[in-house]
Parts: sequence; C-alpha cells; structure tokens
Amino acid sequence: MTPATLYGLCAAALVAIGLFGLILHPSPLRKVISFNLVGSGTFLFFGVAARRGAVAGFLGDPVPQAMVITGIVVAFAATALAVALLLRMLESGAPTVDGPPEQPDDLSP
Amino acid sequence: MSLAVDLVMVLLILTAAVWTILARDRRDAVIAFIVLGLLLSLVWMRLLAVDVALTEAAVGGGATGLVLLRACARLLPVEADGALPGLRLQVAVGVLCAVVGACLAAVILSPPEPAPSLAPAVAAHMEDVGLKNPVTVVLLAYRALDTLLEKVVLVLGLIGVWALAPDLFWGGRPASLRAAVPSGTLTFLARVLPPIGVLIGIYLVWNGADHPGGTFQGGTVLAAMWLLVMMADLGDPPETRALRLRRLVAVGPALFIAVGLAGFGMADGFLSYPPGYAKPIIVAVEVALALSIAVILGLMVAGPAAKEPDQ
Repeated sequence: MTPATLYGLCAAALVAIGLFGLILHPSPLRKVISFNLVGSGTFLFFGVAARRGAVAGFLGDPVPQAMVITGIVVAFAATALAVALLLRMLESGAPTVDGPPEQPDDLSP
Repeated sequence: MSLAVDLVMVLLILTAAVWTILARDRRDAVIAFIVLGLLLSLVWMRLLAVDVALTEAAVGGGATGLVLLRACARLLPVEADGALPGLRLQVAVGVLCAVVGACLAAVILSPPEPAPSLAPAVAAHMEDVGLKNPVTVVLLAYRALDTLLEKVVLVLGLIGVWALAPDLFWGGRPASLRAAVPSGTLTFLARVLPPIGVLIGIYLVWNGADHPGGTFQGGTVLAAMWLLVMMADLGDPPETRALRLRRLVAVGPALFIAVGLAGFGMADGFLSYPPGYAKPIIVAVEVALALSIAVILGLMVAGPAAKEPDQ
C-alpha cells in the first residue's frame, strides 16, 4: 500500500466521522466544526489525487493543489460567517440549543 | 519504515477527529480540531504539497481555530454541550456514515489507470508565464478566474459578517480581542514577534513566484501578527467605517479585476497577460492581494461592529 492510498482511506474516515457529528450534534457550533471535518477530508482526497498525478517532473499535480488552497480559504470565510451568524442569533435572543432553552417547544417556529 | 510513519499519522488524525466529535465540552472539541489542522498540515508535507501545508497550518488550523475559540468564549457555559441523542439513533446514523465512508474508500482502492493529471498542461505553459512555482502558475495564470472569484467570496464574506452588526453599532469597532486575563507572556510575544512575523509574511509573498509560499500564506502570517497585537491589547480593532481600511480590503480584488480587463486590450482576453510581462504583473497583483487578504482575515476574526462609532 502506498502512503497516498493510506491517506485516501484516512480521508474517507474523516468524511464519515464529520458526517456523523454533523447529523447528530444538536448544537450549531458543533455542527460547524463537524462540517469543517468533512471539508478537511474532502481536501485530503484532492491531495491524494494530486500525488497520484505526479508526472512531467512535478512532485504532484499542481491543479488540485491550487484548488485545495482556494478551498481552504473559502472554507475559512464560510466558517467565520457561520460563527458570526450563530453569535448574532444568540445575542438577539433566538432560542437555540447553545443557550439554556426555556422549553423544548420553543425550538419550533 | 516510511509507511509506519504514515500509519502513526493516520492514527493520530483519526483520534483527533473522533475527539472533535465526541468531546463533551465545546472548548475541548475546538482544541482537538486545531490539533487536527496541524496534523493535516504535516500530512500535506508527506504528500509533497508544501504550498497546501503552509495554507492548512495558517488558515485551516490557525485562523479557523481562533474564530471557533472566540465563539466558545462568548457562548454561555452549558453543561453537556456535546451530548448526543439516544443510542439507537447514534447506531443508525453511525452505520449510514460508515457506508458513506466505505464507498469513498472503495473509490480510493480502485483508482483509474493511468492516473488523470493536468500537470503536463501546466508544464507546457510554465515557460510563457516565467514563474518556477507550478502552484502559483495555476493560481494566478492557468486558473486565475478561480482565484479572482475566491477573492470576491472573501470580500462578500466580510460584508456578510459586517452586516450582522446591530444598526446602532454600524461603522463602529468590533468587540475587543484582548484576553480576559492579562498575560505578561502574551504582551511580550506581541512586542517581539511582529517584526519577525511581518518579515516572514513579506518573504512568503515575494518568494511565492518561484518557491513554495504565496499570497495566502504570506497574507495569513501578516494577519496573525495583527491579531496578536490586538489580543495583547496593544491596539484596538479599527472602526469598520474607516475609509482607509475599506480601501485596503478592496485594493487586491480591484487590481486583479483591472488587470483582467486590461487583458482584453493588451492580450488575448480576460485575465490573460501580455507576453513577456506576465511575471511583473503577477507579482504586483500578489502584493496587492496579500495586503487585502491580511486585512480581510483579521477583520473576519474580529467580527461585526460591537461598539457605537466614535463621534
């Protein structure tokens, strides 16, 4: 087994673990973290594809590598926006599982 | 021997990932996520993608971790934040996620032969552009449109964050980043590190044309130095209405778009560079972009305005 294949399997596991947290965690902040885990796994797939495409004297295919760099920065922007939305939601008094909820019924719109 | 190192890396990553999900306290989860980001940047080194490793360490682990830690500090302490719903549901979702993971693993274990690669296409154009770092060639020449749109996404993200400020505070300063407990070590570091950090940031941007590094990595290091100064309470976040600040946010994307439009007159079309001048144009765009990225990242971590603007 080559290291690239090993990291490919690791990426698959990361996506599965992140998906688990994304579905099951009731807290929005934990959902954001889980979603970032899925993203990290996806980026790692690109890394494996880049390593496999190492031809023409390059150490890896530069196109997927450049896309991952773009992706990491966009993921950061999305996370920062999601966290800002989350904090604003709490400050405006909207009921969420991150604050102590008064009654479970409050969660319904 | 080599594979043993990789195996240990994978085990560490999976442990950090599971801990990120299962930790009871949200702060523990965020710290596990930061550890995961640093481990992943080591993996990118193992995959010989140095540019990505630098970005992952700076943005994926560092900046994202800082945003999440700030959120933790502002949320109310709630017990059992990480409590998951009933065991039966956990097993059902676990099985489904395992199926997804297994399908992805099957794809990895049956790769297409020969492996698809765009490297030859990039190699064919490297001579024309005159840069030696293939990743920078892709980012700023071969797929420049992606990079341009990503800058626009960053600016839109910042507008989105700013738009969440209450009406009363519009244009004011973001909440202070200073630590709740003043720390002598932090103040000391914030005085000593920035000159070195700024130098490293400029080096990464300047060197990105021919060696690993570039606008993102350099810009993020510059942003980190700015944030360090703000966290040590040696400087407040600036007012979001300040014109100079907004100009800095816009200068990178604006120059990039202007260069793109100039391509219609001077070369083959949008975002194409006139032959022989590609390298100086790209370096100029990179410098402007690095400035904008540093300011945008710092402001995104600082968040929306939380104080009334000064009179």
